[in-house]
Amino acid sequence: MSGGVRAATGTAALTTELPVGRSTGWWGMVMFVVTEATLFACLLGSYFYLRFQSGDQWPPPGIAPPTLLKPLVMTAVLLPSSLPVIWAEHGIRKGQRWRLRAGLTATLLLGLTFLALQASEYAEKLHEFTLTTNAYGSLFYVITGFHGLHVLVGLTMIGWLLAASLRGGSFGAHRHDRVRNAAIYWHFVDLVWAAILFTIYLSPRL
Amino acid sequence: MDTRADPTTRSRRLAPVAVLGGVLALAGCSGQAPSALDPAGSGAGRITDLWWVLFWISMAVFVEVMVLLAWALLFRRRRDARVRHGQPLRFVVVAGAGVPLVILVTVYALGLRDLAALGDGPEPGATTIEVTGHQWWWEVRVPGVAGATANELHIPVGEKVRIRLRTADVLHSFWVPQLMPKTDLIAGEVRETWLRAERAGTYRGQCAEYCGTQHAHMSFLVVAEPRRDFDAWLARLGSPAPGPQTDAQRRGQQAFVQGSCAGCHAVRGTGADGHIGPDLSDVGARWSIGAGAVPNDGGHLGGWIANSQTVKPGNRMPPQPVQAAQLPDLIAYLQSLK
Amino acid sequence: MSTTAAPVPGASREQLGRLEEHWGERPSLRAWLTTVDHKKIGRRYLVTAGLFFALAGLSALAMRTQLARPESRLLSPQEYNQLFTMHGTAMIFLFATPMLFGFGNFLVPLLIGARDMAFPKLNALGYWIFLFAGLFMWASLPFGAAPNAGWFAYVPLTGQQHTPGLHMDVYSLGLLFLGIATTAGSINFIVTALKLRAPGMSLNRVPLFVWAIVATAFMVIFALPALNLDNAMLFLDRRFGTHFFDPAAGGNVLLWQHLFWIFGHPDVYIIVMPALGIVSAVLPAFTRRGVVGYVLVVFAIVAISIISFGVWVHHMFATGLPRLSYSFFSAASTIITIPSGIQIFAWLATMLLGRLVVRVPLLFVIGFIVTFVLGGFTGTMFALTAFDQQVTDSYFVVAHFHYVLIGGAVFPILAAIYYWLPKITGRMYHEGLGRWAFWLVFAGMHVTFFPMHLYGLFGMPRRVYTYPSEPGWDGWNLVSTIGSYLLAVGLLLVVVGVVHAIRRGRPAPPDPWGGDTLEWSTDSPPKSYNFPVLPQVHSLHPNWDESSRESMGAGAEADRILADGRTTLLTSELDGRREREVEMPGSSWQPLLLALVMLLFFTAMLFAWYPVAAVAAVAVAGTVATWLWPPRRPDRELGVSA
Repeated sequence: MSGGVRAATGTAALTTELPVGRSTGWWGMVMFVVTEATLFACLLGSYFYLRFQSGDQWPPPGIAPPTLLKPLVMTAVLLPSSLPVIWAEHGIRKGQRWRLRAGLTATLLLGLTFLALQASEYAEKLHEFTLTTNAYGSLFYVITGFHGLHVLVGLTMIGWLLAASLRGGSFGAHRHDRVRNAAIYWHFVDLVWAAILFTIYLSPRL
Repeated sequence: MDTRADPTTRSRRLAPVAVLGGVLALAGCSGQAPSALDPAGSGAGRITDLWWVLFWISMAVFVEVMVLLAWALLFRRRRDARVRHGQPLRFVVVAGAGVPLVILVTVYALGLRDLAALGDGPEPGATTIEVTGHQWWWEVRVPGVAGATANELHIPVGEKVRIRLRTADVLHSFWVPQLMPKTDLIAGEVRETWLRAERAGTYRGQCAEYCGTQHAHMSFLVVAEPRRDFDAWLARLGSPAPGPQTDAQRRGQQAFVQGSCAGCHAVRGTGADGHIGPDLSDVGARWSIGAGAVPNDGGHLGGWIANSQTVKPGNRMPPQPVQAAQLPDLIAYLQSLK
Repeated sequence: MSTTAAPVPGASREQLGRLEEHWGERPSLRAWLTTVDHKKIGRRYLVTAGLFFALAGLSALAMRTQLARPESRLLSPQEYNQLFTMHGTAMIFLFATPMLFGFGNFLVPLLIGARDMAFPKLNALGYWIFLFAGLFMWASLPFGAAPNAGWFAYVPLTGQQHTPGLHMDVYSLGLLFLGIATTAGSINFIVTALKLRAPGMSLNRVPLFVWAIVATAFMVIFALPALNLDNAMLFLDRRFGTHFFDPAAGGNVLLWQHLFWIFGHPDVYIIVMPALGIVSAVLPAFTRRGVVGYVLVVFAIVAISIISFGVWVHHMFATGLPRLSYSFFSAASTIITIPSGIQIFAWLATMLLGRLVVRVPLLFVIGFIVTFVLGGFTGTMFALTAFDQQVTDSYFVVAHFHYVLIGGAVFPILAAIYYWLPKITGRMYHEGLGRWAFWLVFAGMHVTFFPMHLYGLFGMPRRVYTYPSEPGWDGWNLVSTIGSYLLAVGLLLVVVGVVHAIRRGRPAPPDPWGGDTLEWSTDSPPKSYNFPVLPQVHSLHPNWDESSRESMGAGAEADRILADGRTTLLTSELDGRREREVEMPGSSWQPLLLALVMLLFFTAMLFAWYPVAAVAAVAVAGTVATWLWPPRRPDRELGVSA
């Protein structure tokens, strides 16, 4: 396979993947995350706007202030889930594929646990109020649901990376752009949860 | 609109506009326009003065820009294709930022002064009128007075009158160009503005926030009159509608009260007390039918009753199953309500 | 006229052959549907946006015809209300921004000396989404189901209760769909301008048009989410019974307005900014000098982009918010005039210090200055709350924003059409025809819109399908209508001029104007690979500078020819230092396929076929996953140790 050797040793292979400067993919992902973050900022801004435009009582009469135990457990599951991704990314930069696979699997499991917890949180809340009860209900489900959707998308990316890395021939010390970009997205999804925790669960107690 | 500004001052003030309009002048000026440049109240008057300041400043800057452009076009035609350099930054900064900054600060101060003046509402005990916007008419009530009317409100000349604005459905905007700038009617909230007319007269107002199919036909009149006349209007608003005088009117009233009309409309002092459409207790005296859709005369009234959808398509009143024989009676009755 | 030829390429015939092999496409239906070439995509954007402009323009002509006389019954109110809503929505979302993105697509890689955009497939996707979203919205009109509540769609009028039917679902879903294209395009512009500039093009040598496009793209990134959220909430309120805008259940109708204008005011600059960039790009060729005060103009562009986010409440001056907030937003809206003033006077100084070559593009630039300055004056008036409350929502504001948008966007776009037509089509336009078009458009514009200032002041509200004759607005309205037909004839002449150029125009040399930027250093139209040799940039005006030109000719180096593959160069963000070569994707079906499944998703949502929508969503995810799936490479190349 002289073609393969040429591809591996030609100028392209030796120069294109050396980590010189930021890649276009990195910038693309950062810009995407910036615009997504703005979307969440608008969404949380809408929450506070409606809160302060409505009456004194928040949540409105008939809805108890949110309890903290489950969301704190969810936080404890989701926030640390960034660590295995970081560990995996550092591993693949050194060419250690096993670290990539192990780290992604760990994150995948943590993310799925988070979604399961969110489902049980919904099962509880739906007895109390729904999307259509009032503006508070709309905000609660749309904000957390929109974030949950992002977790799902992030997990799809993680699962997709895992599938590609299990196939082999995908990532290595010279080619890990996709890992890094998906990691950026996952960290973003984590950080947004912190903002949501504050807005939905903590701020009504302030 | 029976009171106008002194025609000579008016035409002198409009002169620059007409000059600017140039060829457009042939289209003629607006004799009956509810013009913001022909104010009859202290609110609108301030804006008119502000407008002329802004207008002349704009003219001056515009002339400056045009002179520079003309200079370039006349004296800077190409003689050679050599590329030139040179960066007169001082010119750009002074003309593009320095001078505008001075102008803008001045203008902003003027704007703040007028904003404060517009916000200086009537005294707590002042006359209050409650206006509710509906798709597509205006309901007018006075606190403490039983009755209601539509698309016409009266104010005493020379007094600041509080106007309390609500909407029954979508957003509207309350605008009487000759008296006062706009205030929007916000669903779920109450807004306040005020009117003060310096001279008696009738002033046209109109909804200025797009509110659906018949936004075009959502006009009203403000009648500014001496306090005595205003009090008489208040008294009429609080008392029952005049009873029928002729046989035709009596038959008309019967048809009105027993037919479908009363389901939506009220006439004070009769059994008709529907609240979906306008109160018709003084409908015979109103300036128009359908909030400015057509003039208020027998023919148009008949057409409206039979099928208002041909007159004001999309309005909330369905075509009425009125027998041809009943129609003249109904018209006679409604016209007697004044 | 200067007809400097492109420099004799420093690449050998053999290298040119290989470049053509890697980049060229043989014309076929397949190639047409799968291309990712930024020049073809840019042309498509221009043509498609032009078609939507024609539709929106014809809507306006129908409206003007209705308003020619009082109490006219040519159009029913239902028809008129759909027409004016579609006119505004299409002009803003389907014409102005896509048209300018079209110029950006065609020009940005050429202006910065690159071979394509940073993400060519994403670029193709953006076009297809734009096309489908536009058709999605216009298709509702023949069924009488078009949006009908004005382009800013205030609740509660737009709620299910007051506007049943599909009208506003078409609006919210159509704009959400289109938003994907606009966001993707903006990210693409930013990354392209940051990473793909030719070596040596440090930030202080970036053409002003590129600055303007990048600033615009940043505004989109930060502004569009507000609109998307607004529309998502509107759709949820209408379809799924949420209460974001329902005051009876804790919602608030002003939330819609805040979010809409947090997007909406930056959007004015999103439209005008690239057009101002066009003016800065056109002027040097016709004044024979660079724009005066490059740094000041860049500063103005950046300042406007930032301040534009702090002025949204001036669209809500009549809603009765606290007076203190009005004072603040009034001040911010006043201040934003200053950077615009700097640009205007920078251009005037450029003209005064240059030597004018009066050709059609320059005529349109002059028309732009006259018109835009007038629109700017009325704009400043609207910054004053008290004055705004009197004239907002009257025909005065209609006059104002048509002066800003026709003056500030359409005139520059027309200038751009004439200026770059030789580059885009390889043909010269007919000068006489162009001059006729200019004078008709200019006269038509002012005859149509100037009187609107007057009858706005005389009390005529906007968005009325008819008006009575007593207030005396009818004469002025007739004048406006006559003007609108003049304007239409002028615009038709522009189209005739373009078609004539393509059919009969004489072949254009590479540099018909003696322009200063890189697109004039390559063929007209450019080859598929844009530049035989990627330039080494030495100044702000590379095409006027011998060393930059020589870098593409005698001074060519093999590492700027890159004939061994479909590659272009990455450079550093600030200094434009060479970093590495990067491989570019070739033609692909994926963009078209992805746009089609997205279209299916939005159509299914519109008609409430939720299972179909779910399937389409999975298909979207699947297509994206395949699109980005890493190619299999040998471990050695990857650098795997375990």
